[in-house]
Amino acid sequence: MTQTTAPEQAALLRPHAEQAFAAELAGLTAADDRPRPVGWQLSPWAVVTYLMGGTITAGGESLAITPKYVGNRRLMEIAVATLATDRALLLLGVPGTAKSWVSEHLAAAIAGDSTLLVQGTAGTSEEAVRYGWNYARLLAEGPSLAALVASPVMVAMERGSLARVEELTRVPSDVQDALITILSEKTLPVPELTTEVQARQGFNVIATANDRDRGVNDLSSALRRRFNTVVLPLPASQDEEVSIVTRRVADLGRALALPETLGALEEIQRVVTVFRELRSGRTTDGRTQVKSPSGTLSTAEAISVITNGMALATHFGDGTLTASDVAAGITGAVIKDPVSDSIVWQEYLETVVRDRREWNDFYRACREVTS
Amino acid sequence: MTAESLADEDIGAAPPVRVLGIRHHGPGSARALLRALNAYRPDCVLIEGPCDADALIGFVPAGPARVRVVPPEPAPEGSDEPAGEPVEEVLDLDPPVALLAHAVDEPARAAFWPLASFSPEWQALVWARQQEVPARFMDLATSLVLASPEPEPPAETDTDPDMSEPDEAGAAGQAVEDLAADPQEPAARLRTDPIASLAEAAGYDDPEAWWEDVVEMRLHGEDPFDALTDAIRELREDAGIDEEILVREAHMRKVLRAASKEGFQRIAVVCGAYHAPALTGKLPQVSQDNARLRGLPKVKTQITWVPWTQQRLSLSSGYGAGVVSPGWYHHLFDTQDQPVARWLTQVAGVLRANDLAVSSAHIIEATRLAETLATMRGRPMPGLPELTEAVWSVMCEGSDLVLDLVTAEAVVGQRLGRVPDTVPAVPLDADLRATAKRLRLPMKATQRSLVLDLRKASDLARSQFFHRLQILRIEWAVPAAATTTGTFKEAWQVEWRPELAVAVVDAATYGTTVEQAAGAALLAGAKTLSDLTAAVDQALLAELALVLPELMSALDERAAHEVDLVELLWAVVPLARTQRYGDVRRTDSAQLEHVAVSILARACAGLPAASAGLAGGPAGELRKAIDEAHSVIALLPAHTQQLWTQTLTEIIGRRDVPGVIAGRLVRLLYDAGIISLDDTLGQVSRTLSRGTEPALAAAWIEAFLAGSPLLLVHQPRLLELLDAWVADISDDVFTDVLPMIRRAFGAWGAADRRRLARQVAALGSLDTADAQAPEDFLGDADLLDVVGRILGGAA
Repeated sequence: MTQTTAPEQAALLRPHAEQAFAAELAGLTAADDRPRPVGWQLSPWAVVTYLMGGTITAGGESLAITPKYVGNRRLMEIAVATLATDRALLLLGVPGTAKSWVSEHLAAAIAGDSTLLVQGTAGTSEEAVRYGWNYARLLAEGPSLAALVASPVMVAMERGSLARVEELTRVPSDVQDALITILSEKTLPVPELTTEVQARQGFNVIATANDRDRGVNDLSSALRRRFNTVVLPLPASQDEEVSIVTRRVADLGRALALPETLGALEEIQRVVTVFRELRSGRTTDGRTQVKSPSGTLSTAEAISVITNGMALATHFGDGTLTASDVAAGITGAVIKDPVSDSIVWQEYLETVVRDRREWNDFYRACREVTS
Repeated sequence: MTAESLADEDIGAAPPVRVLGIRHHGPGSARALLRALNAYRPDCVLIEGPCDADALIGFVPAGPARVRVVPPEPAPEGSDEPAGEPVEEVLDLDPPVALLAHAVDEPARAAFWPLASFSPEWQALVWARQQEVPARFMDLATSLVLASPEPEPPAETDTDPDMSEPDEAGAAGQAVEDLAADPQEPAARLRTDPIASLAEAAGYDDPEAWWEDVVEMRLHGEDPFDALTDAIRELREDAGIDEEILVREAHMRKVLRAASKEGFQRIAVVCGAYHAPALTGKLPQVSQDNARLRGLPKVKTQITWVPWTQQRLSLSSGYGAGVVSPGWYHHLFDTQDQPVARWLTQVAGVLRANDLAVSSAHIIEATRLAETLATMRGRPMPGLPELTEAVWSVMCEGSDLVLDLVTAEAVVGQRLGRVPDTVPAVPLDADLRATAKRLRLPMKATQRSLVLDLRKASDLARSQFFHRLQILRIEWAVPAAATTTGTFKEAWQVEWRPELAVAVVDAATYGTTVEQAAGAALLAGAKTLSDLTAAVDQALLAELALVLPELMSALDERAAHEVDLVELLWAVVPLARTQRYGDVRRTDSAQLEHVAVSILARACAGLPAASAGLAGGPAGELRKAIDEAHSVIALLPAHTQQLWTQTLTEIIGRRDVPGVIAGRLVRLLYDAGIISLDDTLGQVSRTLSRGTEPALAAAWIEAFLAGSPLLLVHQPRLLELLDAWVADISDDVFTDVLPMIRRAFGAWGAADRRRLARQVAALGSLDTADAQAPEDFLGDADLLDVVGRILGGAA
């Protein structure tokens, strides 16, 4: 089955999780003999295996499951257990911590469908959460089920599937609160037709939200109470983060058709070290405290600093990624607030970077950019 | 002969012996132990613990500790002061408590054996009291334990004192888990943690979880002891056993033999599960055991009960061993049914007490999540990890900060143990008296003054002792003003008052010796940056070199978060001085220098931005701080000096820096030879030009001229500029500016002022070439008079 769909998939810019990993999901379904909650395609154990990776034996053959989430297994267990208790799941975290990625894979593994998606924006209206109308039909035939346009949430309720709400805190507060009835009563009234849609078993909502972004609409406590929260942290160890950055940089480099750049690993390690030290407020050796800047310094930003530097090295340099190629990018990433962040950066350069003998080139390059 | 023959018999058969291998501080163990004791009904209970502490067993109550309420003392007649609160006094030990043993000659050599109410050993003691059955300790005596060579770490996995960290307040020793082995020694754990191997065999990756499931969380069920002993015997056969453990087990057998020889019919042995196989079945030869125990070094020790806290029981207080979650264990031990729901309700109570809204619905959802997680992980009931994760996700909304509250108040717990007044005195008191005797300082209630000559070793030691007592707020000696100005003299008012005994007991919580306690108190008391710099000073005076590294890292940490540059700059001053001159006291100057340099670097990073746009008062403070920091800058390494001058140069290049600072900086940089005379004069002339408000220019000039007058005397061109500026000020503005100019000159000596006045008078004659010089003023006596008045009336 995967063979026939493969060419079609190649034409897609980005296949859904359940398409890209159809073989793994099929293998898990075959191998999974544990009890499944009603409406679930897999058992909770198999869902966690799908997310964290591992090897299973399906139909006499062993099948490797690639890890989708690199990090703490316990977090994935909490997320899956939450959905199994039919509580809604709220994934929180700073940008670039794989919230949407986890949400998509959870939906793909549990419901086999990650497409029932409401993208939260400042302009998300209540219709996107509840239902809208096909006005041509409404005018021609009057209110009827046929004239009703169901939202992804409503579809998920009817099918007993999972609905995803991305960036919940970007949605205006009144629209957010439309979720309260759905989550507590598990029903969606349609007063125009004096009817309602009652959710089937298996229905649930996965929402993602950013807890660091400015200008968000905080969730009302009534809504917050209906969610279990899982905070996805930034990568736990330096090696983990370096490997994530290296892998993503390689992917992006291929997409941008950049040639292989020399010296990249060294600079990646340096950028990741700088980001981690500023984020955590202390140096890796734990001996010096540093202030943290106002920005988030996520892994995603580290990736963009490196890809920028590689573009510079390729197009304006000799193809070797050097300190001066990343200096401008890293300074820009750190200094988000011109006054307070530049003090933080200066202090970091003088107290930490300066003392590292092998970082001399980096120190000079950064001083050049700053002054 | 009789002893020999006894050993060859099977002790388990003749007078029946039941060995109950427990896990220290394990609530499930304690519960199972009580059931086993009630079933077996021994006539003697032997417990793993120092055998010379037997006399202290009498303080253990048969039930909950009795409390006496002491009514407040009635207020004296006619006094307005309200009567005090009634005070509670305990008559029995109220756990958590610890046995504390210390060497008589050297109180810093100390070891603790902490016991909580859920510790099986404590429950065994209480059970014996209730049943009026003799209870005895059977482990090595403290006199042997404390005599073991100093730096050698103790048996990795047993109730031995940990001598590796004798400097930590009260941390000299701690009952180390047999089973939850010392986490600092992963290698030793692998070798000697039997539970890890058992858990592995059972398919658990976390030995704690396995133990919890199998023993701790079983509320009912069968006696696990014999099965455990068998399992551990298997493990012991494969692993090497430390000599130290062998010695202890030999001693335990010795006590066991003695008890059976005394004629007890049913002996219960309560010891760490690891030792159980060594005490059951056929015991080795007596001669073998005696050989092991012969010739061990001994010291004289004192033992007492001290209050303990749940924090100190837990790992989170920084001790090498203990239990992570005393609060949870206490709950598990105390709760008869519904432990999950009761625990979550207790957690909700903690959150509510901290003004966080938690409803019953939260408790219900958290219970469901915890149970689902336990099912997913295949555990029989939710353990602490599942409960904590459920609390985090449902009640704390994913916030780690809120979860920390729960951890501190519920998981670790804040229970504080108490001991009655009748238990023997604390070791700090003993050390204080011993030190006083050594330094020939009689504890007399009469007041006298004492002048110490710090060049003499004995007086220096006394001074350090007094400074330490000062840190501990034991005010036996109070500093008095020395009559001479020499820095080697120090005067004290000395008077021992009986009330000071209370202060000693208070201070005893910090440690067992005056030195150790003073160090710990110093670390605990210093919070802000200025506290910390003061503490560094105190540490040097009291010669607490051991805490300096910690103070330094605390200082470094504070400095990283300090935004007030004035504070930062002030902090540099004592550090820089000490690292240069403090070597008499053999402090680690490299570390001092590192901290001083990094604080200065931080200050430099923020200084340009901070000096911009400052007004009056704050600008003056910053100027003073810069002056002070500049005065010590020469003591710091070259690259730091360079950074400092670069920063100062950068600041004077800015236009928004107040005159008070800019003027001072120009002077400092000129004096240091960083900017040339021409540049300096250029700065002065720009400042004094008409574009600048006279008031601002005057502030600039005041700061520029402050300090040594020689600059003006030797630089006639500067004087000219100044003269032209003063002449140019209009009358109404002149009165505003005058005070600042007077201040600039006011600090000079009379001779300098006179010299300057003469130079001002001679100005014209020096530059006769200048056609624009206002000739009609020259030599004018009135002018000289005016100048004299400006300069302070000394013409």
